[in-house]
Amino acid sequence: MHSVLQALGVHAQHIELVWHTMLWVCGFMYLLVIAFLIHAIWRRRGDSDAEAPRRMSVALAGWIGLMVLGLFGLTLTSFLTDRALVHAASEPQVTLKITGYQWWWEIEYTNPDPSRQVRTANEIHLPVGAQVLAELGSNDVIHSLWVPSLNGKRDLIPGRPTEISLQPLRIGRYRGQCAEFCGLQHAKMALEVVVESQQDYDAWYERQLAAAPPASEARAARGQQVFFNTACNLCHAIAGTDAAATVGPDLSHVASRRMLAAGALPNDPEHLRRWLQNPQREKPGNHMPIVSLGRDDLDALIAYLGTLQ
Amino acid sequence: MSAQSPSLDGEWLDESATRQRLEKTWDDAPGLWGALTTLDHKRVGLRYIVTAFGFFGLAGVAAFVMRLQLAHAENDLVGPDLYNQLFTMHGSTMMFLFAVPIMQAVGIYFVPLMVGTRAISFPRLLAFSYWIYLFGGLLLWTAFFLNIGPDAGWFAYVPLSGPQYSPGKRVDIWAQMITYTELSSIAVAVSTIATIFKQRAPGMALNRVPLFVWAILVMSFMVLFAMPSVMIGSSFLIMDRLVGTHFFNPAEGGDALLWQHLFWFFGHPEVYIIFIPALGMVSSIVQTFSRRPVFGYPLMVLSLIATSLFAFGLWVHHMFATGLPRLGNSFYTAASMVIAIPTGIQIFGWIATVWLGKPRFTTPFLFIIGFIVVFVIGGLTGVMLASVPLDLQVHDTYFVVAHFHYVLIGGGVFPLLGAVYYWFPKITGRLLDERLGKLNFWLFFIGFNVTFFPMHYLGLAGMPRRVYTYSSGLGWDGLNLLATGGAVLIAISLLLLAFNIVRSLRSGAAAGANPWDADTLEWATSSPPLSFNFTHIPLVTGSHPLWDSERLHVMRGLRLDERELVLTTVLDAQPDLREPSVPPSIWPFLAAIAVGTMFVTSIFSPWAVIVGAIPIAITLTAWFWPKSAAEEEIEQ
Repeated sequence: MHSVLQALGVHAQHIELVWHTMLWVCGFMYLLVIAFLIHAIWRRRGDSDAEAPRRMSVALAGWIGLMVLGLFGLTLTSFLTDRALVHAASEPQVTLKITGYQWWWEIEYTNPDPSRQVRTANEIHLPVGAQVLAELGSNDVIHSLWVPSLNGKRDLIPGRPTEISLQPLRIGRYRGQCAEFCGLQHAKMALEVVVESQQDYDAWYERQLAAAPPASEARAARGQQVFFNTACNLCHAIAGTDAAATVGPDLSHVASRRMLAAGALPNDPEHLRRWLQNPQREKPGNHMPIVSLGRDDLDALIAYLGTLQ
Repeated sequence: MSAQSPSLDGEWLDESATRQRLEKTWDDAPGLWGALTTLDHKRVGLRYIVTAFGFFGLAGVAAFVMRLQLAHAENDLVGPDLYNQLFTMHGSTMMFLFAVPIMQAVGIYFVPLMVGTRAISFPRLLAFSYWIYLFGGLLLWTAFFLNIGPDAGWFAYVPLSGPQYSPGKRVDIWAQMITYTELSSIAVAVSTIATIFKQRAPGMALNRVPLFVWAILVMSFMVLFAMPSVMIGSSFLIMDRLVGTHFFNPAEGGDALLWQHLFWFFGHPEVYIIFIPALGMVSSIVQTFSRRPVFGYPLMVLSLIATSLFAFGLWVHHMFATGLPRLGNSFYTAASMVIAIPTGIQIFGWIATVWLGKPRFTTPFLFIIGFIVVFVIGGLTGVMLASVPLDLQVHDTYFVVAHFHYVLIGGGVFPLLGAVYYWFPKITGRLLDERLGKLNFWLFFIGFNVTFFPMHYLGLAGMPRRVYTYSSGLGWDGLNLLATGGAVLIAISLLLLAFNIVRSLRSGAAAGANPWDADTLEWATSSPPLSFNFTHIPLVTGSHPLWDSERLHVMRGLRLDERELVLTTVLDAQPDLREPSVPPSIWPFLAAIAVGTMFVTSIFSPWAVIVGAIPIAITLTAWFWPKSAAEEEIEQ
């Protein structure tokens, strides 16, 4: 779901109400202007009426009064909604840190206990109904987090922490996208918010805490070697192995994610192959270099990544 | 004044003899030399208009290519690099090289005519400004055709536009082009303000000034206050990029948001800088074709002024998503709402004028009706965007793209096209074809709405701005295709306008001095006007000089053998001084070349600023070289 008009978060629902108020009030004002215009053009013109300008002045006073009243009402609606938004989700049950990169999202679940922190990318899991507070930052340029069905957007600005709160009300997958122009692949910088029941969320969370399973199957083991012997580990981390780089997305549980490359491709072996063969074809300009691999190595690497559930 | 002086006040000359002497004094030298040295505000103004329409065409083609790219999902007509260049060029050109210059240009051409003077104030500064503007625009488009066009957006947010994330020369070219063209904008504003304040025809007190002239005056003041802000911004940016300063680098104590404040403190007023002159055009056209004065003149003037003041108090509504303090945001919400009131008053004023008058449905008038129908939608979506919560949803989406095209095309281009049909006869002496004009209007009106109305919905449906492609399955495909179809209609309508212009230039019906039976002074002189505008300076006795009495009163007493103007007092336009106006000069052109060279070469080395200052100093010195009394005597 990806629409302002399909509001399924507390914040988005408040805002949707503002939209409907605005639409009706402004629509009414517009019709009034057009009716006046049409009448002005097509009215029957009789003899010159000396009183007409005076009556027009009275009408102008009425028009100004109506505008002031309308704008006052809309401003008040806006203020009250803004206040409601501040108070919504003020006692967060889930706290996140989201960092923007060119062109993907790093997601960290913060926890006072370091062993219970989770790091992932491009996919946020949330329990339904929970109040969520996300601290936003950027590693490079300004990005903007926007999940239209849940809330308005908030910029991720280097050197200037910001935050956004969410409270999803229904189970489902919500699409989000970067809304601030951030360079070549701004168009392909999406993310997904997966809202699930508390049990599903807890189960997911526990899986994320687990280290990657050892690559036992032969092909996967070879894939792991490829991962470490070519260039992959220079940028990516896999928990439970020596790979700990933070340049690219954390791959500890990459196979559990639905999309690849920040929403650019579906995450299945076929698309993963295309991506690994030439990341610049699907998302030209992104920072992942082409690493040429033999067919066998590629198969093995795909098999290995597939084990990272 | 020497005794041999051939022209004497009180010597009675017949009309043609007077005109001959004035021609000898005011006409430019023939040929290229005359073209490079001219100070005639009409020649310079027309150059500005033609150049700005040229850039409009280029930026329009850029927009058209973008629409083709977005016609369906996952299209690969242009890649992300070219697409980013295209929207940067489209935005930068439309805002900096088309919209503001063309509004100023119409002012340059018509303000001196409307206030009844022979020349514009500081004509050499004006000539200089044109060359600066032309060179700035050429720099930008040359870079684009060399595939080093800027690609960081017309707003060039740091740090994306900074040295780290935009290496190379692209953003340097953009930043210098900004500083450069805004310099020309300020120069024009200075010329225009001085002309309006001091050169109005005797008797044209401030309460008799045509609304178009008021609009240009208000806009010029806005230029003076808004443009320095972006020039400071672009200078900081180029210094960050070229000499290692850290104005915008948070790691070194700079601030990325500083850029946004500087940019939008200019960027929001910029919209009104474009819009306010257009309102002046609307007033002129409504008045002429309703055959009565605009309803509520004092209120219309006060609304213009109020709009210009409020315009400086709402730049933060472009930055609601940056997480600034909420209490502060509320202030900007209120300010953004309030600005609707003066605009609403003016809309009422024009409709009331039509209501009270006897409208004639000519092409210019149709464009004004179109303006009201389209612009009011843009104004109302502007009210929506003023609300912080709603803005957080639709900010940086196609909803905003729709909104500001309704404002800028509705509030700027519709009146401008009306003005083209309205004033073309004055500039060329020939009428444009009305039938083609009406076809032009309807195609443009329908094409515009088909292109931009669906974008409101696309924004609400989650489509962000500045994306070179989108996935199918998000429900955006159909409306994007529709929008592209509308763009085809717009393109056809503008080609029709070009055809109409070319045809009229060749074989249009002769216009005569006042084809529309309008009331303002530009219609009191021949079409096209003479180099000295008026054989006799008009004497204004009312608000509508050509409607108030059968015959126009004139004054005598200005020298014919020298360029001389009458200066009047600011408020009441009482005759104050006789003031010489400078003769043509090549130095503004040479100074512009010197300044241009410095700006362009500074992209490659900061030393260019120091070395380049020398030719600038030489040309400026020559430009302002005072004449000894003896030389002045000889010239006489």
